[in-house]
Amino acid sequence: MENRNSPLLLAVLCIGIAILYIPILVLIAYSFNASSLVNVWGGFSTAWYGQLLHNRQVLEAALLSVEVGFAASTGAVLLGTLAAISLIRFGRFRGRLLLIGMVNAPLVMPEIITGITQLLLFVSMLQLLSWPHRGFTTIVLAHIAFCTAYVTVTVQSRLQSADRSLEEAAMDLGASPARAFIEVTLPIIAPALLSSWLLSFTLSLDDLVISSFVSGPGADTLPMVIYSKVKLGVSPDINALASLIICAVGACVILAGVVMRRTERRRLLELQAAER
Amino acid sequence: MKRIARPGRWLIILPPLLFLFIFFLIPFAVALKISFAETAARVPPFTDVLTTGADHRLHLSLSFANYKYLLTDQVYGVAYLYSLRTAFFSTLICLLLGYPMAYAISRASKSAQSVLLFVIILPFWTSFLLRVYALEGIIRDNGLLNNVLLHLHLISRPLHIMRTSVAVYLGIIYSYLPFMVLPLFATLEKLDHTLREAAADLGSPPWRVFSEITLPLSMPGVIAGSMLVFIPAVGEFVIPSLLGGPDNLMIGRVLWDEFFGNHDWPVASAVAIAFLVLLVGPMALYQYYSAREFEA
Repeated sequence: MENRNSPLLLAVLCIGIAILYIPILVLIAYSFNASSLVNVWGGFSTAWYGQLLHNRQVLEAALLSVEVGFAASTGAVLLGTLAAISLIRFGRFRGRLLLIGMVNAPLVMPEIITGITQLLLFVSMLQLLSWPHRGFTTIVLAHIAFCTAYVTVTVQSRLQSADRSLEEAAMDLGASPARAFIEVTLPIIAPALLSSWLLSFTLSLDDLVISSFVSGPGADTLPMVIYSKVKLGVSPDINALASLIICAVGACVILAGVVMRRTERRRLLELQAAER
Repeated sequence: MKRIARPGRWLIILPPLLFLFIFFLIPFAVALKISFAETAARVPPFTDVLTTGADHRLHLSLSFANYKYLLTDQVYGVAYLYSLRTAFFSTLICLLLGYPMAYAISRASKSAQSVLLFVIILPFWTSFLLRVYALEGIIRDNGLLNNVLLHLHLISRPLHIMRTSVAVYLGIIYSYLPFMVLPLFATLEKLDHTLREAAADLGSPPWRVFSEITLPLSMPGVIAGSMLVFIPAVGEFVIPSLLGGPDNLMIGRVLWDEFFGNHDWPVASAVAIAFLVLLVGPMALYQYYSAREFEA
């Protein structure tokens, strides 16, 4: 493609990227500030990170968040993959439009609406069925619901570009549809599954609003603890905690990106080899 | 797949369909029901809408008081309008900033493109809450922005941004910018650039090529990006709560307070339902019809 970007366009691009990154970089820099005054630089120190290790509230919340993240992203990858297969491979079926709607709606629905309505559901279910009690279970269920949407979108695009003829060839050679899927299609979409798992995990780890509504007493996730601390004011140990989370999430996203890119490149190479 | 027997197909379709139906769609029905209930001092804090009486028949007791309350109490109208206005102007600024960014990325070389895209996507996935908190570190009275401006002698007193509308705008623009750039880039990248070249060869000045070819053809991206920013921004809670002042009442904050402060669940449900009908409903219909047009 032609590379004829005017200086003005490049300037706006640079400003935009600067806006996106400066606050995060400043936050990480200040997490190493020895001074407890947030606006004075008192030298380099990792003291705030050490202090986090002794904060039981933070550690318990982090553990809960990680557990929820694991359960929710695993559930979402299972359901989202099934949804993507249904939408891409099954043509028209009863309920297709409903499924499309329910997969896309959470992407734009304001979280506060989703959170309130899901809480009301859980409360009504508890009244009728004595299940689920608000806490870990309800947070996981709510997170699965919105993560499934993201997984479906990711896996869908991967399935769409996957070569159907391989799967058909396997079935022509006598493999059952299930076996053809497991041995041919699954390896093709595996990178998409891994990256959507990682992305679901970051979404779940991040969520404040929905968790706040559906959680019960004593089940505070990490964002809930951070929110209540931030409400009280800026403090250096939140800077340290925030930097840790941003780095962890950043690592997840970079990993997901690398996995996707590497398999994409391998696929292109294989295509070139096949053409030769 | 044609070769999977019909009953087998449903084993794959049903789990996600049922799960999302129960945990995403039914909740709205429950909220609708509770929006017709009345507040009560018990657990859960509202009256039953459906009851079975002594004669074992279902009794329906609908109360429209919550909706009447929404219409009569000014707070809701004011908050709703303020949310719409804030979301509208933030979306506009995101568009004005995001369009040139997406355009520049789409015109960069392929290798630069993937790096730049990644640079945009990374904050997109980074914690929303933490990014808002990071922004506070920049714009607060003794934050980086004021320190730099004071140091450069551009201002003599710190600018007061926190707890004002400006802070809410900055927060939304900062948080949602990637949501605007990504769909815009997706359409701009697919754009057939021979059309642009043809127009330029026939003597159109660059601004005309842009306004008559590039801009109209990129409208799907403009609409998709604007929706991705506008709808969540209207319902935004974290940004007005952390950066805004007491005057910056957005509907998300009112809902939160109604729920956690006043424990008035029926009114909160009514606010949620009204919000859905007034905002998400029209958008969903629009999406539905444009998707049908697309498939046709």
